[in-house]
Amino acid sequence: MATKDRSGDIALPALGFLGTLRWVWTQLTSMRTALFLLLLLAVAAVPGSLFPQRPANPAVVTQYIRDNPETGPVLDWFQLFDVYSSVWFSAIYLLLFISLIGCVVPRAIAHGRAWRSRPPRTPRRLTRMPVHGAFTVPAGPDGQPGGQEGGRPASAGAAVVDAASVLKKRGYRVDVRDENGNQPSVGAERGFLKELGNLVFHVSLIGVLISVAVGGLFGYRGQKILVEGETFVNTLVGYDSFTPGTNFSEDNLDPYSITLEKFEVQFDRQLTHYGQPIDFTATMTTRSAPGEEPERQILKVNEPLTIGDTSVYLVGNGYAPVVTVRDGEGNIAHQGPVVSIPQDGLFTSLMVLKVPDAQPDQLGFVGFFLPTAAIDENGVSFSRDPDPFLPQLNLNSYYGDLGLDDGEPQNVYVLDTDTLTELNSRNSEAGGIVLDAGETVELPDGKGSITFDGLRRYAALDITHDPAELGALLFSSLALAGLSASLFIGRRRIWVRAGTTDDGRISVEYGLLARGEDHRLAGEGAAVEKLLRDRWLADSAEDNENETAHAGAPATGSGKDN
Amino acid sequence: MQNINQTLGQYSELFMLLAALAYTAGFLAFTWDLVKSSRRIREIEAALAESAGDRELVLAGAVAGKGGKAAGDGAAPAGATADDAMNYQGERRTIARIAVVLTVLAAAIHAVAVVTRGVAAGRVPWGNMYEFCTTGGLVVAVVFLLVLTRKDLRFLGTFVIGLVVVMLCAATIGFPTPVANLVPALQSYWLIIHVSVAVAASALFTLTFAMSVLQLMQANRVARLAAGGDDRLPFMRLVPSALSLENLSYRINAIAFVLWTFTLMAGAIWAEKAWGRYWGWDTKEVWTFVIWVVYAGYLHARATRGWTGTRAAWLSIVGYLCIVFNFTIVNIYFSGLHSYAGV
Repeated sequence: MATKDRSGDIALPALGFLGTLRWVWTQLTSMRTALFLLLLLAVAAVPGSLFPQRPANPAVVTQYIRDNPETGPVLDWFQLFDVYSSVWFSAIYLLLFISLIGCVVPRAIAHGRAWRSRPPRTPRRLTRMPVHGAFTVPAGPDGQPGGQEGGRPASAGAAVVDAASVLKKRGYRVDVRDENGNQPSVGAERGFLKELGNLVFHVSLIGVLISVAVGGLFGYRGQKILVEGETFVNTLVGYDSFTPGTNFSEDNLDPYSITLEKFEVQFDRQLTHYGQPIDFTATMTTRSAPGEEPERQILKVNEPLTIGDTSVYLVGNGYAPVVTVRDGEGNIAHQGPVVSIPQDGLFTSLMVLKVPDAQPDQLGFVGFFLPTAAIDENGVSFSRDPDPFLPQLNLNSYYGDLGLDDGEPQNVYVLDTDTLTELNSRNSEAGGIVLDAGETVELPDGKGSITFDGLRRYAALDITHDPAELGALLFSSLALAGLSASLFIGRRRIWVRAGTTDDGRISVEYGLLARGEDHRLAGEGAAVEKLLRDRWLADSAEDNENETAHAGAPATGSGKDN
Repeated sequence: MQNINQTLGQYSELFMLLAALAYTAGFLAFTWDLVKSSRRIREIEAALAESAGDRELVLAGAVAGKGGKAAGDGAAPAGATADDAMNYQGERRTIARIAVVLTVLAAAIHAVAVVTRGVAAGRVPWGNMYEFCTTGGLVVAVVFLLVLTRKDLRFLGTFVIGLVVVMLCAATIGFPTPVANLVPALQSYWLIIHVSVAVAASALFTLTFAMSVLQLMQANRVARLAAGGDDRLPFMRLVPSALSLENLSYRINAIAFVLWTFTLMAGAIWAEKAWGRYWGWDTKEVWTFVIWVVYAGYLHARATRGWTGTRAAWLSIVGYLCIVFNFTIVNIYFSGLHSYAGV
């Protein structure tokens, strides 16, 4: 590092354009920057959980901005309702990934080189290694071949060859140096999978990111509410709402169809959790294409159906009261189920019905559907149970221009009553409409009538296609495997050197060095020493005792001997 | 759908209460041990100071029992009793032993409570916050006891068992929930995989949180002593050096991080099965991701010059606070798809 005084009066040399680029690149790929970006990413992800997000909940965002006219637009300008696609969030993760690539590529090259090269040369002083030890063994009888199992080494060179074979069995790659010289030694290294795992982990993260991007480009997601007895055909017009990927084309849709035959809901009837749902089962008939054989399939939460290249999920349910509306001229202006939106766990459901075909005036209804109607002490109706034991409609009615004719799209679940005239409500002379199943109520002023014919359930379905899902799974599994390898495998080097002492014994010294964190290094040193001793001294307990006295105890832990 | 055995459920709650009481006793014993041991060390120290001699050397030898290779580098002036490898020393600490026995007893009662809860509901006992807290507390206690069989981490007892008591109290007072069937969204074998691994990872992070706090206290105390200040926290003599705390918590954090990565992946797979997308930035997903990134930052910090030691410990603490936040505030106050708190 620079040791010069860098006070202001010393002119810094101009870096030039390329120099600046190189400087930026070095900074970006440094560990410190990566760490900073990583922490920044964690902080930047938080606002997405504090504010409603458009991709998940566009309606809530709109409402939030309406409720907070001062701060809402400012927050919106900072993209706090689209955090995960915002400029600043994208900038952080893209920089992080660039930094990652800049870090991983040189490391991969270096590791590839290390993989092919031989273990590093034997250091002159093995006692400098964090873990080291030395001991002596008596030389074997003359003429006995050195590599023989279990015997004493005939010479220093033979001892080193023995050590090499022991280390090789332990998974080290070994290199014997100077076998017939004065100071023969073996260099050994293991744990290449640690760095490989680390590289695989980081590269896999890029793979996950690419999979997410591909899914966003070529996937799609749609919603459909299907009332019992209705059929959905997988075409663009068949969906209630549809979010295509950037590269979506309508030809991607497989022409299958799904009919909801029956939808069964089971509620908990034990006292402690009375009314909590415990099972939703949708019985479907599917056809993979027009004219194909129909197939009966069961759809449940957590058990999606796979049809064509899409998956169909059960994400919601509710009641669809079947209603007939006759207009002022006595004609049927509406007949069929009306989807109601549950507002609570007891399925008190909001219902809106627009009848644009009614003559002479268009009609609108808004109110609640109650599966099991009851009246509280204030005379207000409420639902007492989620099952339809006493289904009832409580509606207000209006007439006038629904505003549907000018072609402007409207939310079907909201009735704008500003332009309408009230017919029925709790406050009006005629009172609100209260309809039990099978009943009919005449509207005031001869505007028509409404009949509650019956009840069906509906299932809310999500239909998705993500071609890169498997890729994401594959890459994240690779990342997990790589991460485990990089954290739990020890990358170590060990050197064993042998020599001959003045009294003709063979002296053995060894040293170990870990690359990266390795708490098992001392244990490894002790294990290797024991293996060598067992190999050379196993045949003679007496020798073994003698040798222990000669041997230096292996040092444990780093730093203690410095 | 299986019927709930309410009677058994009530027995489970009773056992949970007994376990909390036993843990409290264990917690008190661990605290007593800290106080008593540190007082004894001070007495020895005073006696030694009178008889002069090399204070540090004798102290380390006397207190560490077998002597020899006790208290190495950094901790020597602090006179730590636990050696840096956190192996058991020769000295008997009767009260610490009582504390461990009480904790074993408490964990056994606790295990009965958790198992009966599962049997009563006919499913795994981690379907709502009450169950997550109680099962998580059991895992923390068991992991702590398992580590105790190999390493002398009794100095952590006050903190870890204290946290377990807090978890049990939070469960029984904060989120009491009678035994019940699972809502359809939770009826999946992924509940068993995803949540159990999350509990295990959280338990390990709980241990390292306690260790990181102690590490900061120890580092602070040693710096203070080195500067000639008073020893304000004499009980910290029982605690190993900051460096060895850091090294052990790194090892545990590495395991916990892998488990957390798996939690994240299993959660994504389950989300794909239940909601039709593997990642949707749901509040719970956001916070799980934030926690993952913070601990990833911790692992990187350990390899960055200038970021090891105190800064890394802070990251570990921040990560744990995020876990607590994710479990409490996010579950209760944030709306999202993971709304199974049962409160």
